Amino acid sequence: MRPLLGFLCGLLFGVGLVVGGMSDPAKVLNFLDLFGRWDPSLAVVMAGASVTAFIGYRLVRRRDRPLLLPDFQIPRRGPIDTQLLLGAAVFGIGWGIGGFCPGPAWTALPLAARGTLVFLPAMLVGMALAAMLKRRSAAKTPMTDGRT
Amino acid sequence: MPLDFATPFTPVASLVGGILIGLSAVFVMALFGRIAGISGITSGALPGARSDWSWRLAFVIGLIAAPLAVLALTSRSVPQVVPANLPAMAVAGLLVGFGTVLGSGCTSGHGVCGLARLSPRSLAAVGIFMATAFVTVFVLRHLA
Repeated sequence: MRPLLGFLCGLLFGVGLVVGGMSDPAKVLNFLDLFGRWDPSLAVVMAGASVTAFIGYRLVRRRDRPLLLPDFQIPRRGPIDTQLLLGAAVFGIGWGIGGFCPGPAWTALPLAARGTLVFLPAMLVGMALAAMLKRRSAAKTPMTDGRT
Repeated sequence: MPLDFATPFTPVASLVGGILIGLSAVFVMALFGRIAGISGITSGALPGARSDWSWRLAFVIGLIAAPLAVLALTSRSVPQVVPANLPAMAVAGLLVGFGTVLGSGCTSGHGVCGLARLSPRSLAAVGIFMATAFVTVFVLRHLA
């Protein structure tokens, strides 16, 4: 049951990316090109998604627990620390070079462009490296937040 | 950059797409009680990475299946132009993977879900990654 519903959620998310045009790096890079061929579509996608989630989360949180797992796991309101800001800065540079963030990188896979086939494994390596680094620093100092 | 051509502004399609993404995030919260952040889902999708990895792996498979589903339903091809500079794409992938895990989120976890939760950490992260992405594209397209 869990894998089936997980699959359907992923499918819905991916269809949203495709319909919204976000599976196309050309469109994403044009959103990021403020002083060139600016295409504001990404802002509309982001606004539509955030407002929908804002309303939906309020309805969902009236329940004591989610339907399939024992508890809600919401990131704690930790401090805005160096790790958060440095990670976000590094992510933005990579996003600006490739036009892919993690979701669209996955939806691009079936079309198998060479750039995608290079980007995806590199992304997984980068994730593994950062996870290793975080585990090490967590062993030294207690962390405030370890997940998305 | 070879990708420098205009793409049309698509407000209606993008609003519909955004609402579908938001609905998916709401379903993930209702069913699994988790944030629908793709970087977190990806890094937690490996068998054994977390006790509840199976729905995450299935979610990623759903993402991959999405363009095929759209193609099958509409019989229209999915427009997609991916940068062809392979060394640059390797660097981009490393930075995106490393940065999203170090910063605990990406465009979905901090962007969509974090903004929906009015999280100050996510708002800060979105401001920073948007800023560095704008600067990166400006440098690559207008200065390089």
